[in-house]
Amino acid sequence: MDLYEHQGKELFAAFGIPVPDGKVARTAAEARALAESFGGTAAVKVQVQSGKRGKGGGIVLAKAPEEAEAAAGRLLGEGFQGTPVDRVLVEPLADLKQEFYAAITLDRASRRYVAMASSVGGMDIEEIAVSQPAALRRAGVDPILGLTSFQARWLAGHFPEEARAGAAAILSKMWDVLVAADATLVEVNPMVLLGDGTVMALDAKVTLDDNALFRHPDLAAYAEAFPVDPTQAKANEKGLQYVKLDGEVGIIGNGAGLVMSTLDVVQQAGGRAANFLDVGGGASADVMATSLEVVLGDPAVRSVFVNIFGGITRCDEVARGILEALGRIEARVPIVVRLDGTNAEEGRAILAEAAHERIVPAATMLEAAEVAVELAREGVSA
Amino acid sequence: MAAFVDTDTKVVVQGITGGQGSFHALRNKAYGTQVVAGVTPGKAGESVDGIPVFDTVRDAVAETGANTSLIFVPARFAADAVFEAADAGIPLIVCITEGIPVMDMARVYNYLRGKGHTLVGPNCPGLISPGKANVGIIPWEICSEGSVGLVSRSGTLTYQVVNELTRKGIGQSTCIGIGGDPIIGTGFVDALRAFEDDPETTAIALIGEIGGSDEETAAEYIRDHVTKPVVAYVAGRTAPPGKRMGHAGAIITGSSGTAQAKTEAFNAVGVQVGINPSEVADLIEGTLP
Repeated sequence: MDLYEHQGKELFAAFGIPVPDGKVARTAAEARALAESFGGTAAVKVQVQSGKRGKGGGIVLAKAPEEAEAAAGRLLGEGFQGTPVDRVLVEPLADLKQEFYAAITLDRASRRYVAMASSVGGMDIEEIAVSQPAALRRAGVDPILGLTSFQARWLAGHFPEEARAGAAAILSKMWDVLVAADATLVEVNPMVLLGDGTVMALDAKVTLDDNALFRHPDLAAYAEAFPVDPTQAKANEKGLQYVKLDGEVGIIGNGAGLVMSTLDVVQQAGGRAANFLDVGGGASADVMATSLEVVLGDPAVRSVFVNIFGGITRCDEVARGILEALGRIEARVPIVVRLDGTNAEEGRAILAEAAHERIVPAATMLEAAEVAVELAREGVSA
Repeated sequence: MAAFVDTDTKVVVQGITGGQGSFHALRNKAYGTQVVAGVTPGKAGESVDGIPVFDTVRDAVAETGANTSLIFVPARFAADAVFEAADAGIPLIVCITEGIPVMDMARVYNYLRGKGHTLVGPNCPGLISPGKANVGIIPWEICSEGSVGLVSRSGTLTYQVVNELTRKGIGQSTCIGIGGDPIIGTGFVDALRAFEDDPETTAIALIGEIGGSDEETAAEYIRDHVTKPVVAYVAGRTAPPGKRMGHAGAIITGSSGTAQAKTEAFNAVGVQVGINPSEVADLIEGTLP
């Protein structure tokens, strides 16, 4: 879960990382009033769950309260890059002397964390890593030891002397934030040296580990601020992983790998998947009903391909779930069902006995894909 | 002696009194696996259809000589379960549990490193040496005895490929699902090494997916250390970039995470890549004498 900048900065402040003294505005008038309270000038920053805000006009340095008002009005009214916006962060302009970069993130390859600090900031770290490799220092962080003091000092050791102690202190506290919040990324771009010698986090990018939210009810509540897509919300509520795509064959499967493979096979059969939907392990009648509702709710869907390979999931339960779902909702398109693995024979027998007009059984994954693509094509021409 | 698990494998199931734990413990036992004990704190003295239950893994090991742990405990307690198994001296720890926090696994992995334990998973289907032992949730019905070693990041996709192999009359020496989480114990390289060393394995199927760089690392290892034929598959060719598709791991990050980059990495070291699970079985068939 990617936090908004102002949420990340709340966390930073709680751990003693210096951040600008900004406030959230939900209307243009509030933004104007905040700019006035800062002496007339302010940074107006759109609050969305993605980076690259600077390049898209999402960050405005207002020289007068009217400018802050206009920027906030535009962002709140028009949204940002297709995302609705309900708040902007308004901050006093900082007296920047120099910009740096700092981040700590999970490193899958080494199965540890990696902390990075660059004496050049304000741009993409990928670019810095390539164009100015000497500017970027990295240190592997053992999750049991944590980021040690000497590592923090070394990471900032090539910063200007007056910034080193402050930057090292922020790096240490960034690790504290990562551990306390179960974050997988804590990034500050830019970290800045101010005219008065203070080192400060001018931005905050924090990604939380969704699997750990159970032990952070306070942080989980941050999600209430994010815009919700109703279909996505319905899927998430039942623990389904749903991603909307732009094809016409609806996909329901169990296990991310199998579902991804199903999308690939549908394409090889000449069709396009309308979505990715992973029911996870165990697929009760309720889960299957919600899955079918979610997939059939997409008007572009012309056929559905249910691809289940039972392991922890039992195919007889899936079959019963599909039938129960069809008792609750109307299937407007054919549903091609392929069952294999644990209790597959029982599952197939249940479907055969029901002989539902919309259910088309298939023996193999490839055959099911071909049939689903063919039926989708007929559905389009009909 | 098959890779990882064999007839001398003695399993203790942690979380045996839960729904999944008891269901799969009994399925594994029915297959002929020596499931010698279960552990659920506070339930010592009970039994699950004849499998004795202990309070601690240490007790289970002392009483039954268990040498492999199979973990089904809920995500919030799973890291502790792995530490307990390691502390009791269990050499092979298989963690099925999904949804474990990344920091927990990072600590588990780095704690176990260098201590001589083998961790498989988490968020994986476990492993099976057909005809010998089934330790996990892989449906044994689709497996058959033979000489193909199979390693996969995805659970259900493992079943799909095993099924295709068995239908062609091609048996497996050992099938291992390593899991799709960002931090896992046994990786492709560990499995490749085990299959290369295993005299019963003559060919290897490697099932990868988009995200991360494990497939690329595996390709380098194959080039330098593997003499047996390897066939690969990479799921997620048609996944749009930047979309998170279920597995925490299956996110495309940079060009190195794409199916195309992984396929090229395999092709560059002479590993054939199937375009779908059926083709993987066809290619494996082509490597057999």
